[in-house]
Amino acid sequence: MDDQAPGQGHNSGRHASNEIVVRLPGVLVDLFPGAPRRLEMNAATVQDMVNELNRRWPGMRDRICDSSPAIRKHMNVFIDGERVKLGAPIPAGSEVFVLTAISGG
Amino acid sequence: MVAKILVLVGTKKGVFIAESDMSRQTWNLRGPYCETWPINHAIGDPASGTIYAGGGNEWFGPAVWRSTDLGKTWTHSSEGLTYREGEEPIKAVWSIAPGHGQLYAGVQPAGLFCSDDHGDTWTHLDGLQNHPTRKDWMPGGAGLILHSLVPDPADVNRIWVGISSAGVFYTEDGGETWEPRNRGTRADFMPEGQNYPEFGQCVHCVVMAPDSSDRLYQQNHCGMYRSDNGGQTWESIEDGLPSSFGFPAAAHPRDPNTLFLLPLNGDSKGRFVPDAKAAVWRTRDGGSTWKDMREGLPQENAYFGVLRQAMSTDRLDPAGVYFGTSGGTLFASRDEGDSWEPIAEHLPTISSVETMVIDE
Repeated sequence: MDDQAPGQGHNSGRHASNEIVVRLPGVLVDLFPGAPRRLEMNAATVQDMVNELNRRWPGMRDRICDSSPAIRKHMNVFIDGERVKLGAPIPAGSEVFVLTAISGG
Repeated sequence: MVAKILVLVGTKKGVFIAESDMSRQTWNLRGPYCETWPINHAIGDPASGTIYAGGGNEWFGPAVWRSTDLGKTWTHSSEGLTYREGEEPIKAVWSIAPGHGQLYAGVQPAGLFCSDDHGDTWTHLDGLQNHPTRKDWMPGGAGLILHSLVPDPADVNRIWVGISSAGVFYTEDGGETWEPRNRGTRADFMPEGQNYPEFGQCVHCVVMAPDSSDRLYQQNHCGMYRSDNGGQTWESIEDGLPSSFGFPAAAHPRDPNTLFLLPLNGDSKGRFVPDAKAAVWRTRDGGSTWKDMREGLPQENAYFGVLRQAMSTDRLDPAGVYFGTSGGTLFASRDEGDSWEPIAEHLPTISSVETMVIDE
């Protein structure tokens, strides 16, 4: 799926790719032993990114997204300082932040 | 020979486990587990020794946690624990029950799921959602939750569930079709003359008496009831109780006529123990008469409540009885309720209390 990202990445000299950096919150990676706080992957949209996270750590999709389908109410995904939705495209080279919102009591 | 007994405590911030030997004299507390997720129900499956805990986290949604080493390590899953796209997503797991090799989970918004692989993956038993009354179910104070989950130990196809505030529903075909079973239970919050509807009652807790699949007890928002025919009809057994309002009910492990209750002072007076004095009420005759048991329980300035899944018995003889309060105290009795002592204090708000006895 990642190889089907539209266009050639600007730093792509080898094959079609959309390399991004993903940053995950500590309370999320604590639920998945071995998951790092920072990782790299190919993903053209937030949906692709979540799918790839879920492929690497089964169950992680359900922690980030609900069945609407949508990013959970108290989870946030930011690209270049902007909060984005599940279908948002990710520009190649982006750093994507998955964050927990203020919640709880 | 009993090796140890575990009291499994679900709280607003994780699972705690109180552990003792068969004397039940001293208790060791450990936890919190499950990454301090809000846990609505923690149970032990006596057949496998596995502990399950269901809840829902504001960030991460619903999951069922599992420990196969008595709480030392945990995993979690919500694979398949989902409604169809476009429907209101599941917020939390509210109840868990093992039965005939299956594991059942009740969720919010109300629905029933089943797992045949010990909670790794879940399947929606959608017959309940497809019931023609579904569109008219109204949420109770805690939401539209499926809390009481009573598989018949004698028949894999029979299950009773309690939904707030849709009432009691029953299936005898493994969850494909359901019927309301609320005849005789009141809905005081309905208009005059409409207080005994087919469904819509605010059931708080349903438990099954031992050794009889047909005897059920129900603590309701509006009264206390017993059924001797699997819920086809319910009879009020609230005479002699200080209040018709409360949340939990706990059956005796062997005597179908013994039941433990913890009535509260009513739905609009703070939902505390009556007169700020704590008591567990016990019947030995199926609800005809009640006795209050107070020895060791606070008798002044006790402003706590006890939630619907926060009282339980163990299977020792005499039976132990346990309850956990909204203020985070876990009380225990090793003499069927005659006397009490706190065995853990200062916990988060306690949502559920269950026991698991481990044999040598």
